[in-house]
Amino acid sequence: MKITMTLLAASALALSAGASLADGHERIEIDGVELILAAPAPDYVEHLDKVMSGWLFRSAETQALELDDFDNPAFVFIDKGIDLFNEVDGSEGKSCASCHEDVAEFAGLRASMPRVVDGKVQTMEDIVNDMRVNYMGAEPWKWSGGEMTSVVGLISLQSRGMPVDVKIDGDAAPFWERGKELYYTRVGQLDMACANCHEDNFGKMIRADRLSQGQINGFPTYRLKNAKLNSIHGRFKGCMKNIRAKPFKEGSEEFRALELYLASRGAGLSVESPSVRN
Amino acid sequence: MKHTSVMLASFLLAGAASAAEVAPQEVAFQDGSVLQSLTGVAGDAENGRKVFLNRKKGNCLACHANSDMEDQPFHGEIGPSLDHVADRMDEAHLRGMLVNSKMTFDGTIMPAFYRADGFVRPLDKFKGKTILSAQEVEDVVAYLLTLKE
Repeated sequence: MKITMTLLAASALALSAGASLADGHERIEIDGVELILAAPAPDYVEHLDKVMSGWLFRSAETQALELDDFDNPAFVFIDKGIDLFNEVDGSEGKSCASCHEDVAEFAGLRASMPRVVDGKVQTMEDIVNDMRVNYMGAEPWKWSGGEMTSVVGLISLQSRGMPVDVKIDGDAAPFWERGKELYYTRVGQLDMACANCHEDNFGKMIRADRLSQGQINGFPTYRLKNAKLNSIHGRFKGCMKNIRAKPFKEGSEEFRALELYLASRGAGLSVESPSVRN
Repeated sequence: MKHTSVMLASFLLAGAASAAEVAPQEVAFQDGSVLQSLTGVAGDAENGRKVFLNRKKGNCLACHANSDMEDQPFHGEIGPSLDHVADRMDEAHLRGMLVNSKMTFDGTIMPAFYRADGFVRPLDKFKGKTILSAQEVEDVVAYLLTLKE
């Protein structure tokens, strides 16, 4: 009896702190939805036992901002995304909502992205611009512009809590291999690969910043640093500049392949968009 | 008069040293160590301390803790603490570690601070350049040599 009580107390304590459970999963709850923020690593992630959301590496203050949508500053942009979703634009006189009445129909999409379509890695940004150009007769949005990140954020939110599950075999395999190669290639004057920081040294402080695993399950992510929603490719660019490397372009073949590979490294984590980071 | 001649002498010395500077691709390693000074001019430990700290130069504190800089918040945890590093490595090895630590630790994350080529996709403004100048390397070596028990 005593043992049971102790166990119960311990598990209640753990739950309140963002549950760390015996099965290797860590869970939080946002707006009634359960999110898995740590899970056993998939077999193809050779050097990690556990995949962990960047949330776990942030300060208690930053973590708290994400736990309530009223506190989460990303929701200013999600609201903007709702407006844009309903806004008529382009020669056809249509909005997104003209065809997609309820944005909730996109539940599950973000969890499976990016994906290979017609021999190319397709991202969320591609889908949005394809619709704008080919169905609305509107101008494409800039990859990391405020309109794009807001709408991508809104669509991604519909998959909140769903496990990241991207396809990496079949026609996706060569792109996945290319992404993996990029992940382990040292670049820039500082001569570092993604793996040097995010695989070999995650959890450690690099000056005032704690290195994460570089997971992308929470993108687009609101960064306190620049007070806006940030795209995945925009974040890649920032990383490359930090190590004094010439960044690839947003939407480049390289960043698409890297996005696919990184998404696969987060398999089993929940879609956490829009996350809050520093 | 005496003052002037001392200044003149040190000016000549500095001029001569820069001519004798070892180019990045010509640094000679011996088991990870670089025995010869890169400039022939004694390192300035005080300036070395500044270079160590400067985020656009050594930025050493990003990865290494250093009790000599306790006034600075947030010391990195990536590499080992540099407390008493001079008790563990001699001058030549410290110089070798700064020039290119991969000659000692294959696969290390630590950048080579005096290497100018062989990089993949360096930003244009850093192309063909070293992170630190030869004299800055000597200055940081001089500073690290002050970190003893």
